[in-house]
Amino acid sequence: MADLTAFQSWIAACSESITTHADDLTELDRAIGDADHGSNMRRGLSACAALADQEDFSSIDAYLKKVGMTLVSTVGGASGPLYGTFFLRLAGPLAASEDVGSREFGQALRAGVEGIVARGKAEAGDKTMYDAFSPALEAFESAAGSGAGLAEALQAAADAAAQGRDATEPMVARKGRASYLGERSAGHQDPGATSATLLIEAAAKTLA
Amino acid sequence: MKKLLNDPADVVVEALAGMAAAHPDHLRVDLDHKLVLRAGAPVSGKVALVSGGGSGHEPLHGGFVGRGMLDAACAGEVFTSPVPDQILAATTAVDGGAGVLHIVKNYTGDVMNFEMAAEMAAESGVQVEAVVTDDDVAVQDSLYTAGRRGVGVTVLLEKIVGAAAEEGQDLAACADLARRVNAEGRSMGIALTSCTVPAAGKPTFELADDEMEIGIGIHGEPGRSTEKLAPAREVAARLVEPVVSDLSLERGESVIAFVNGMGGTPLLELYLMYGEVAKLLDDAGITVARSLVGNYITSLEMAGCSVTLLRADEEMVRLWDAPVDTPGLRWGG
Repeated sequence: MADLTAFQSWIAACSESITTHADDLTELDRAIGDADHGSNMRRGLSACAALADQEDFSSIDAYLKKVGMTLVSTVGGASGPLYGTFFLRLAGPLAASEDVGSREFGQALRAGVEGIVARGKAEAGDKTMYDAFSPALEAFESAAGSGAGLAEALQAAADAAAQGRDATEPMVARKGRASYLGERSAGHQDPGATSATLLIEAAAKTLA
Repeated sequence: MKKLLNDPADVVVEALAGMAAAHPDHLRVDLDHKLVLRAGAPVSGKVALVSGGGSGHEPLHGGFVGRGMLDAACAGEVFTSPVPDQILAATTAVDGGAGVLHIVKNYTGDVMNFEMAAEMAAESGVQVEAVVTDDDVAVQDSLYTAGRRGVGVTVLLEKIVGAAAEEGQDLAACADLARRVNAEGRSMGIALTSCTVPAAGKPTFELADDEMEIGIGIHGEPGRSTEKLAPAREVAARLVEPVVSDLSLERGESVIAFVNGMGGTPLLELYLMYGEVAKLLDDAGITVARSLVGNYITSLEMAGCSVTLLRADEEMVRLWDAPVDTPGLRWGG
């Protein structure tokens, strides 16, 4: 079960992990995009990590909504609206929760991932963050469905996200700036799927 | 990286502060929201034009704020879309009661952020129409891409639709005209060098001394192919032919012809390129009604250029000739 403090630890861990990997994300983006994914995500998640010290939050959903709005306001690019929408929608199913278990988090994760699809209109195989989020959601639901607790289901999600991320390497991008490269986008791991995996891995380490 | 900077993190805000200092009669800036606003905005009863995008394309968009062009420009981080809060702040700051036209270049991030801002503006009662520019023929407009990019035609559109708004055309008419300009314009670009995003510190892609990158956009992203550098007349043909063909331009038609520098190519070479472009158009029996040559939609210090052709009717040419008074474009009385 995860309470507000655990969710705040998750965001802090996201910020730490993104900061650690910011240069790697920017390198991946240099190959098939415009070399700013790492710096944009670092700026956004640092702002989110600072929220816990700036404000007292009364609930998990209020906190996650603020995280979403902060990402929309600070990240820019396509990642801002996409990750912002993810956290805003994640908050919805957790409205009445003080302690989140695997069943509730599964509903929230589904809402968040559906939000990303609604905003970005990506499909599996487009070489986007959805290629990490989608298998993560599937793995989470499958694990939770067979009785796994939050920690175990999140670990399954993190493993599936990492596999999904690796699978983006040979793909030809069909969405976002990488799609302008056509066939030349193949052979490079997608930066969005990479940052998405970092966020889910951070969840597996903190939300338990 | 060798750039005139204090701290890479401050480049956008410090550049905006410099713009405000340089052009106090034309514009003011909102450094919190990173906006360039027309001096005297909102103009009561006039449709307001708001554009924006990542920084690094100067003078686009902030340099086109002023009488006869934009009412506000939102500056994102370098090559990164502005965020909805900024766009919303710009929209409400310049709405003179006749509605606001958002001019958005077709990039996934720009489109999403402007969409979110337009939803918020509508909630606060401001009438917003959006037009998306997508004129880059280097990108196939298909299900397999994010669609063609918005590039050179954006400059021509901001000038022409800015003149229409200035003479009192309403929001629907301005939006229709904007869509017509976008539909009749196409562009194609090449790069001779890459460029360096200040926060990244090194060039976005590698290009050998004897190579050129064909089909580039304006974000230092690699293009469709890397080829051996060719003489200017061959390069001009590689740019003009796909544009003419995509527009299905025929003998006897008129265009506004725009040779744009990417930031690092001197005017000497841009005029040389314009000469080659004009020859090709002349050979094809296409009349150049008006021309524009210079660095107007750039990609930091990238060397290279793009060619934009706009099939121009009489109204577009008349609006092109109308007075404009901005830091980046200025003519007429």
